[in-house]
Amino acid sequence: MPGIDEPDSESGVIKKFMFVNRKAPYGTIYALEVLEMVLISAAFEQDVHLAFVDDGVYQIKKGQDTKSIEMKSFLPTYRALEGYDVEKLYVEKESLDERGLTADDLVVPVEVIDRSAMAELINSMDVVLSG
Amino acid sequence: MLHTVNKSPFERNALDACLTRAVKGSAILLFEDAVYAATKDASTAQRVSNAAKDCKMYVLGPDLLARGFTVGQVLDGITVVGYDGFVDLVAEHGTVNAWL
Repeated sequence: MPGIDEPDSESGVIKKFMFVNRKAPYGTIYALEVLEMVLISAAFEQDVHLAFVDDGVYQIKKGQDTKSIEMKSFLPTYRALEGYDVEKLYVEKESLDERGLTADDLVVPVEVIDRSAMAELINSMDVVLSG
Repeated sequence: MLHTVNKSPFERNALDACLTRAVKGSAILLFEDAVYAATKDASTAQRVSNAAKDCKMYVLGPDLLARGFTVGQVLDGITVVGYDGFVDLVAEHGTVNAWL
C-alpha cells in the first residue's frame, strides 16, 4: 500500500519534465506558479529540467531585494532546488545577451546554451509546461 | 502629463507605445516590470536614452531593487524615485496616462 509520501513509486514511471520560464518575477504570478509545479514534480521524483528564456532569465538575477515592495523573494527557493535534486537548469544565451546579463549575474549554477540547443532540448522532453 | 509604463519592454510594446507618443517635456515613470528598460546594459538602452533627452524620465527604486538592480546600473538621465516621489509626480502633473 503506497503511502502519501511515495505517490508514484508504485508505477515507477519517470518522465522528463521541462518547465520553461519566460516571465520576469514579481510583475506577474507566473514565476511563482512555475516554482510550485517544479517542487511538486520533484516530490513525485520526476526528471525535472528548468529552462530560462526571454524575461525568465530575470527570475534568477542576483541581488533581488524585495523588502520595499513587501513581496517574498524568489531567490531562496531557487537556491534550495538543489536539495530537491533539481539541478538541470538551462539558460538561453541570446536572452542573457539581450538583457546585458551573463552567467555571473545569476544566483544558481546553470548551463548556458544557445537558442538552437534550447530548441532541441525542449523537443527531447516528455512533458513541457510553460509560464 | 505623466506617463507611466509597468510592462517589460521585452514582452510588450507598451514602452515603445509610450515613447513614440509622449510629447516633448512630458514626464515618464518606469515601474514594476518596466524598470528593466531603465538598466544600462539592456538592448533597450539607446531607445530610452534618446527619449530621456526630450522627456523627464523616472524609475521607481523599490521595483528596481526588488529585481536585483542597483541605482548605479540605471541609465544616465533617469531619476530614481521612491513611492513618495511617485506621489509627488502624480500631484505635480495632474493627468496620468498609464500605458498598460
